[in-house]
Amino acid sequence: MTEMTLVQAVNRGLFEAMRQDPDVLVLGEDVGVDGGVFRATDGLINAYGAERVIDTPLSETGIVGTAIGMALYGLKPVAEIQFLDFIYPAFDQIVSELAKFRFRSGGQYPCHVVIRAPYGGGIKGGVYHSQSTEAYFCHTAGLKVVIPSTPADAKGLLLTAIHDEDPVMFFEPKRIYRTATGEVPDGDHRVPFGQARTVREGEHVSIFAYGAMVPLASEAAAALARDGISAEIIDLRTLVPLDEAAAIASVEKTGRAVVVHEAARFCGFGAELSAILAEKAFYSLKSPVLRVTGYDTPFPYALENVYLPSAARIEAAARTVVREG
Amino acid sequence: MAKTARPASEAGPRPGHELSNDRLLAMYRVMAFARAIDERCLSLQRQGRIGFYVPASGQEAAQIGCAAALTDDDWLFPAYRELGLALWRGVTFRTLMDQFLGTSADRLKGRQMPNHYGYRERNLVVASSPIGTQITHAVGAAMAMQRRRAPQVSATFFGDGATSSNDFHAGMNFAGVYRTPTIFFCQNNQWAISLPRERQTRSATLAQKAEAYGFPGVVVDGTDIHAVFDAVATARERAVAGEGPTLIEAQVYRFGPHSTSDDPHRYRSDADLAEWKRRDPILRLREELQNSGTLTETGESELQDAIRREISETIAAAEGAPPIDPATLFDDTFAQRTPRLEEERAEFERLVREGVIRP
Ligand SMILES: Cc1ncc(C[n+]2csc(CCOP(=O)(O)OP(=O)(O)O)c2C)c(N)n1
Ligand SMILES: [Mg+2]
Repeated sequence: MTEMTLVQAVNRGLFEAMRQDPDVLVLGEDVGVDGGVFRATDGLINAYGAERVIDTPLSETGIVGTAIGMALYGLKPVAEIQFLDFIYPAFDQIVSELAKFRFRSGGQYPCHVVIRAPYGGGIKGGVYHSQSTEAYFCHTAGLKVVIPSTPADAKGLLLTAIHDEDPVMFFEPKRIYRTATGEVPDGDHRVPFGQARTVREGEHVSIFAYGAMVPLASEAAAALARDGISAEIIDLRTLVPLDEAAAIASVEKTGRAVVVHEAARFCGFGAELSAILAEKAFYSLKSPVLRVTGYDTPFPYALENVYLPSAARIEAAARTVVREG
Repeated sequence: MAKTARPASEAGPRPGHELSNDRLLAMYRVMAFARAIDERCLSLQRQGRIGFYVPASGQEAAQIGCAAALTDDDWLFPAYRELGLALWRGVTFRTLMDQFLGTSADRLKGRQMPNHYGYRERNLVVASSPIGTQITHAVGAAMAMQRRRAPQVSATFFGDGATSSNDFHAGMNFAGVYRTPTIFFCQNNQWAISLPRERQTRSATLAQKAEAYGFPGVVVDGTDIHAVFDAVATARERAVAGEGPTLIEAQVYRFGPHSTSDDPHRYRSDADLAEWKRRDPILRLREELQNSGTLTETGESELQDAIRREISETIAAAEGAPPIDPATLFDDTFAQRTPRLEEERAEFERLVREGVIRP
């Protein structure tokens, strides 16, 4: 075990994967000599050379499209998109090609590409360095969508992603890249997909979160505890595949649910989770499911603290669902 | 084939494109102002007084030489590194400071990061961060100008890195097909963050890419304001005469970091920078103005004093401006607030009343 930050854990995960398998390679803008604008790929080029750590021209279409070609041929590319906000030139490659290669070839052409992208607000990044658009990808059948919130999960889920058989969108909460710290197992470390993590057990309300919202949910739970409200926090970790059983079991226990994400509310991931709870845990619910989310506006610069969910907003929503049922 | 515009010092500009000493002095003032703003804003960012900054140092002659060769009716589609354009078009430093700080006077209502601005009355279209996307917009605007038979052109500004983007190729292709009155002004500052120009494309020049799309591409020394002005004035004449687009590659060097989030020491040597700094566009023009007797030693020091004073006074005033009203967040997503946005705005106001949100 070694204590490290979340971004260091991503880095360690990449080192480990490249050590394990010579077919693993990394490509993206500024990932080589510069070590990535957030330093997630720092040192890889010195260890593994420019053939396996590829600084690409400024073209997301090129990055993802060529990664798909490499994967078809048998390599295991890990593509970095510098910010999730800049993934859209590659959207066609992701939704039309990457997500559908296996299906449209009747299983002949699996297409195992991992796409890493820092996402989310809280770094004063304004409209284009802050967005949290995981829902687009969750909505596209054929893509797995993973969002870690701790260093250990970042490494463990990344290694699972790289050894998976399917395309994986791996979104990293850049706001907590350096503030989330913790012990991370050395060497190989895998965290399975489709298993939520219970951050804290509780009796009165289930708070569902992922990524940078998890530490805020913990903060809210601590404040609620001072007033005798016991909140259970579930870190979803993988949105696709989703651990529905864990979500349902938690609500069967607490009878109340708050879903937190920084993405806009309308058609966000919270809508899906709320629908699942309405379909499969309806008779356990004592009050309506509430969502604490970004607003249905583009992401603002000066007012990002207004836009983003806060511990206080999560706490207020939890008090409401407890009061009402 | 891409042609290298003759260095102005050798052959001189084409007839009608000569710049008078008065004009050059006016250009020099804006260039010096831009450089001083960059220096101050970098230090404001280090002190935490603004959140972020993108310096344009080294690119002043390219930007101001280009802007000066256009008319105020021409539409500009900039990226985020175009301080010189904004200043030449008459955007005041106060307006920019309000944007950098996101004050209540910010015309963009605090929506965007510093440097990502635009002002409709200046025909300076608002910038975004995604690389290259403005290029197709400029071509579309030029198609609209054609349709209206307007004697205008559109000019779009982008970097060497942007030549790898989808929109560069789509925009160049459309412009060639429809022979649009568009000037593609590429500031090749040799770097796209850490990627050097020679790793961006195997092409010998960026300008030569125009050949494949069926229109001229020219390389100019972007530190030579005469060469830039001449190339842009020529491209503009072609455009308004219905002869179609031009790609201009202005070769410059990014003196500073990519942005305040970047550390160029990780990927480039000081030696290259020092080499290019010998061709600092501001020093070049200053020397010329001094040699022609247009700018005296006292004139220069008075100018620098006036610039320093204006910058300090403007920063102090802008920092004293009230912050933006948070309820404005719910405006401008649509022309009218939808019922859903009304609901979210009401929720926000309730949370403020209850003390949950302290904006
Ligand atoms: C589509 C897209 N991908 C990546 C980025 C991140 N990024 C911002 S600036 C930049 C380099 C741009 O280089 P260049 O086009 O040469 O312009 P310069 O910054 O040198 O003026 C990159 C990769 C982005 N803004 N947009
Ligand atoms: Mg550049």
